Amino acid sequence: MTQEIDWIARSGARAKGGRPAFFDEMAVDRLFSLALSLTAELAATRERLDTVERLLEAQGSLSRDAIENFRPDMGAGEERGIAMRAYIARVMRGFQQEVEAMENPDPPVTDWVERLSRG
Amino acid sequence: MKDKIPPPYTALQRHPMMPQASHDEASRFNFLTLFNRYLSGEIGRGNRVAYETRVLPAFKVIHGREPESREEIRVAMNQDPFHRMWSALKRNSMEMRQQNGRQIVLRQLDELDAKARAFNAASGLLELDPSVEQPVYATCVDIHCQPGGYHGGEREGDVTVGANYDVGLFATTGGALGSLNDGGGQAVVGWVKANRPDWQPKRILDVGCTVGHNAVPFAQGFPDAEVTAIDTAAASLRYGAARAAGLGVTNIRFVQASGEDLSRFPDNHFDWVQTTMFLHELSAESMPKILAECARVLKPGGLLLHVEQPQYGPDMPLYEQFIRDWDAYNNNEPFWSAMHGVDLKAVMAQAGFPLDHQFVTGVRAIPDKSLFPASPDGDEEDYGRAAIWNAYGAWKPNQDNGLTSGAKKEISA
Ligand SMILES: C[S@@+](CC[C@H](N)C(=O)[O-])C[C@H]1O[C@@H](n2cnc3c(N)ncnc32)[C@H](O)[C@@H]1O
Repeated sequence: MTQEIDWIARSGARAKGGRPAFFDEMAVDRLFSLALSLTAELAATRERLDTVERLLEAQGSLSRDAIENFRPDMGAGEERGIAMRAYIARVMRGFQQEVEAMENPDPPVTDWVERLSRG
Repeated sequence: MKDKIPPPYTALQRHPMMPQASHDEASRFNFLTLFNRYLSGEIGRGNRVAYETRVLPAFKVIHGREPESREEIRVAMNQDPFHRMWSALKRNSMEMRQQNGRQIVLRQLDELDAKARAFNAASGLLELDPSVEQPVYATCVDIHCQPGGYHGGEREGDVTVGANYDVGLFATTGGALGSLNDGGGQAVVGWVKANRPDWQPKRILDVGCTVGHNAVPFAQGFPDAEVTAIDTAAASLRYGAARAAGLGVTNIRFVQASGEDLSRFPDNHFDWVQTTMFLHELSAESMPKILAECARVLKPGGLLLHVEQPQYGPDMPLYEQFIRDWDAYNNNEPFWSAMHGVDLKAVMAQAGFPLDHQFVTGVRAIPDKSLFPASPDGDEEDYGRAAIWNAYGAWKPNQDNGLTSGAKKEISA
């Protein structure tokens, strides 16, 4: 482990250059940072759980070293990749459906409510 | 289905200098790799849909005409809620890639620095020159949001920025550059061998080599050649030289020098002068100077090749120019837009390469087939980072002969 440097603090160094504000409200920019980081952390946790399950299934016991050094073979790597894609698709559903709604817009459902209630 | 899944981070070939990722650090890169593909693939088209269905119609109502520049589209799109959210996600994904890479590198920096020092002392591949200054275009912002840029560091003589660049490029590019991130350099070697089967370049200069991802393949592909890889950033060169030594390459040297001043090399010295993804990180002032220096040190009959994302040009639709410009404004690439807007052929002609000696060809990364069953194709292009480039080339005029006449019949790689 690196001795003289506070590696945790320095890892988060900010890139020089003004950061664009994507939203009118600064808090929304911060919420996007927060939500995406949490999404990544949960992704890593889920992969770790998958590693634990595979190790236990294969050898019935665990060591932290075995977890750190686990390298999925091609088959397991693909299964994990597919699981990760499905996970991303679930988390990102709102964005994906918004794109589809822009492509094929529907009238507001209130229009139908009105129409169907007319005699 | 299979085609959509890049290999896990842990399957990549590791060279001896590559920092060791922990289980969760590798997983974060797995997430970012697939997330970047999701942003450009599954929902990237939302930007165009938003443009066509509401931004453009609103623009026409307000202005009574079509947009006349990518700049006008950018200003209008920056008000669009979908484009804003998409950009926020993408920017955050870039920043998270940096932080994860830096955590990996910084917690083992003592070991990495020691290893680099040992490799560099033993190999003799590194030649630093502290009198070389960092140009303003390399220091005004941290290019692609890499803290410290290519030249900074956490302490004197460290390899932080080079190691961080290497450890995370796979995630940034969605895995498109291959196991050693050298798919571009390998494609160029393939192109040269296909087009000049008998050509045996002896001296090759790579300008702006960073850690040598795409210069090392030249040394490997032409073992009888001597490759000189230059960069102004010592922090990247230190890592690059150690990486090359770790890969067992001996016919390359990493030299600290600026492309603006190649006075250490005589006229007509190199058979081939290469730049890869370099020109867009310069400035309007320096680019012609550097091209003129490239022309001077190149032998008559020699090859000049710039690998870049495609120039915009009058034929490229303005919307495409706009989306290709995303990095300029959102990922700290301040010269990107201006560079892709210039008439590169005219700039090269001014530097001494007549138009009829110039050519443009396509280069596509060839990632290792065993690990990468398929990489993203043109339809899913992640503008600015895709593994598909244009090569802007020229054969330097030869006073006496027809060696240069091949310029027009290139086979694209
Ligand atoms: C995008 S990187 C190039 C990537 C590299 N060619 C590759 O293929 O992996 C741009 C590099 O150019 C270097 N650079 C910028 N200005 C330079 C100059 N005037 N002379 C030499 N190198 C320069 C930067 O330090 C940085 O490492």
